[in-house]
Amino acid sequence: MQSIPLEYYLALSGVLFSIGAIGVLTRRNAIIIFMCIELMLNSVNLTLVAFSSFLGNTAGQIFVFFVMTVAAAEAAIGLAIILALFRNKQTIYVDEVNLMRW
Amino acid sequence: MSLVSGAFFVFALCAVASAIVMVTRKSPVAAAVGLITHFFCLSGLYLTLQAQLLAALQILVYAGAIMVLVTFVIMLLNLGEEEKLAQKLNVRNIVGIVIAGLLGVQIIAFLMMQRSELTQLSPNAEVIGSVNELGRVLFTDYLFPFEAVSLLLLAAVVGAVVLAKRNLEA
Repeated sequence: MQSIPLEYYLALSGVLFSIGAIGVLTRRNAIIIFMCIELMLNSVNLTLVAFSSFLGNTAGQIFVFFVMTVAAAEAAIGLAIILALFRNKQTIYVDEVNLMRW
Repeated sequence: MSLVSGAFFVFALCAVASAIVMVTRKSPVAAAVGLITHFFCLSGLYLTLQAQLLAALQILVYAGAIMVLVTFVIMLLNLGEEEKLAQKLNVRNIVGIVIAGLLGVQIIAFLMMQRSELTQLSPNAEVIGSVNELGRVLFTDYLFPFEAVSLLLLAAVVGAVVLAKRNLEA
């Protein structure tokens, strides 16, 4: 009944990962860069779930569970850093934050 | 074409489209809406893989909790549209797209190098994706990581409060 090969899921997650990478490399807004990182995390999650379901192993889905928890922790810390950055520099464009530039 | 493969193509197309919308929009709010749509599509894809618990968690945790936090911060900072930098940025854009494209080609080529010949879900995929089985494994085999991750969340909450506080002495 199921006719989608595993490769389709892998190719889809590869495409989504590179879209996220394009976003991280080309955008200036720190919040959008943050959202692109979430996109990349999710594409890897899709790979893990696909392998887990096709191979019949629970470990992949447990990993996704932990990745989600770490992503939630990262969201809280990342957004707090962005808030602190905006308060001190009045900008969240990453190319205008050049305090540690040589 | 069965219902499952039809659903796969619809959700896959929608996921790629909303990801592209998210990366290209200037306004952060539009990007956030694109990302929320993307999370719903991914949840549908998890359902085509019989991962019911993760499909529900994807909507609850990502589309619910994390994206609410993100849109809240966008509103708090009152951000407008991202304006373009003169001409220096164009070089950076092209270099960024080329590097990311190369990365994507590499990933897909590597994943396709060895065909797995897997076209069927594992017969016990439905059992694995259920709350029952995942909960049992999580609280027996993965009990220590589970407790460790709760410590991580506590540290994250304390860290967020310290970072976002205006001045610590007052």
